Amino acid sequence: MGLAKRIIPCLDVDNGRVVKGVKFVDIRDAGDPVEIARRYDTEGADEITFLDITASSDNRETMVHVVEEVAGQVFIPLTVGGGIRKVEDIRRMLNAGADKVAINTAAVFNPEFVKEAAEKFGSQCIVVAIDAKQVSDNPPKWEIFTHGGRKATGIDAIEWAIKMVDYGAGEILLTSMDRDGTKIGFDLPLTRAISEAVHVPVIASGGVGNLDHLSEGVKEGKADAVLAASIFHFGEYTIEEAKRRMAAAGIEVRL
Amino acid sequence: MSTVAVIDYGMGNLHSVAKALEKVSTGTKVMVNGDPDVVRKADRVVLPGVGAIRDCMAEIRRLGFDELVREVVLTKPLLGVCVGMQALMDHSVENNGTDCLGILPGRVEFFGDDLRDNRSGERLKVPHMGWNQVHQVMDHPLWQGIAQDSRFYFVHSYYVEPAGPDLIAAACEYGISFTAAVARDNVFATQFHPEKSQHAGLSLYANFLKWDGTVK
Repeated sequence: MGLAKRIIPCLDVDNGRVVKGVKFVDIRDAGDPVEIARRYDTEGADEITFLDITASSDNRETMVHVVEEVAGQVFIPLTVGGGIRKVEDIRRMLNAGADKVAINTAAVFNPEFVKEAAEKFGSQCIVVAIDAKQVSDNPPKWEIFTHGGRKATGIDAIEWAIKMVDYGAGEILLTSMDRDGTKIGFDLPLTRAISEAVHVPVIASGGVGNLDHLSEGVKEGKADAVLAASIFHFGEYTIEEAKRRMAAAGIEVRL
Repeated sequence: MSTVAVIDYGMGNLHSVAKALEKVSTGTKVMVNGDPDVVRKADRVVLPGVGAIRDCMAEIRRLGFDELVREVVLTKPLLGVCVGMQALMDHSVENNGTDCLGILPGRVEFFGDDLRDNRSGERLKVPHMGWNQVHQVMDHPLWQGIAQDSRFYFVHSYYVEPAGPDLIAAACEYGISFTAAVARDNVFATQFHPEKSQHAGLSLYANFLKWDGTVK
């Protein structure tokens, strides 16, 4: 017995509504974030992640209210990502009740921001989100992308993960852009390569289509936590079913 | 109306602690406060903390809260959480060595760069982050209604090693067996975050709000 592998449902929030894009485009409405977060908490989610995909910065206050409302009702760790660019953005989310923030694009443009954030708030609340795409097969190589996977950066994903941990990231949220929305499972070689390269926990994301994919992420991908969105939002599976399946595969979970 | 003060010394996120206390409060007023007089008047006090111990201790000392906490310990129930637990000890190895409050005897040690699972031999990640089982080794009013080996949420790279086993209220396994909670007289402290540990954590906070500071 020991530390449980975590299941983290992810809510993509656009203007206060939960949506889920397939390959970051086709958006489907999945409901009210507060209501969904409460349901996940009841089903046994280990943490909840919100990604604010609201395009306009004018509407970012909506996300602050969502976090405030969820934090008063759900007593498990909450992570907020999307639009975190300044120390002030982090402070606002932590004050609203978030426990961690995920920094993505801002880290790429200004890696020092991660350092500053970790020094100011502690590594425990700084998650660096990495969106990676495979760019060659032999040897396998992945690069990081920004802007929801549209912009290439030429930066090697493994080297980037190591650098971000060095700069103070307490956790890595790793999304395979090749797999996101495909429902064919995580990019396991990518997940494993990153997880073995860093000493901090790695959350696998992108591609979950069934419950066995979650177990694969832990067993083959060596992920410390697995994140999924659409399989939970549209009622295909509950978190509890996911945990029971993982437990049956010999993985320690919190039941 | 009874009151509980969450000591605000400018470090980290006190809001989740306050929100969890509010959730379980039945007539206790929850105050997040950096005013020593308010803390002195409260019936119960919570010392939270996140981030690096050096920064936490520097702020505690700058604000004169070291004396305040020592005073509180003499008179009312005190709950330390995470770095707030570590701050109660004598010394931490973090940040090339940091002296702490010395309210409880013991040190704060690092998990190390090569922590391994003692069965599989697999390398373990540091920080220790997530839900782990807490094994209660002391009968204590704060454990009331909480099942043995319940899971609580942890996130830390350093752990408390009390000077003697008599302080240990709970143990946890992560490569090694470490102290998950300590207790002595009217002081109780947890390495895990009750405010993020769903039902079990809320039960612990509810117990704290009822606790008179004695151990039967």
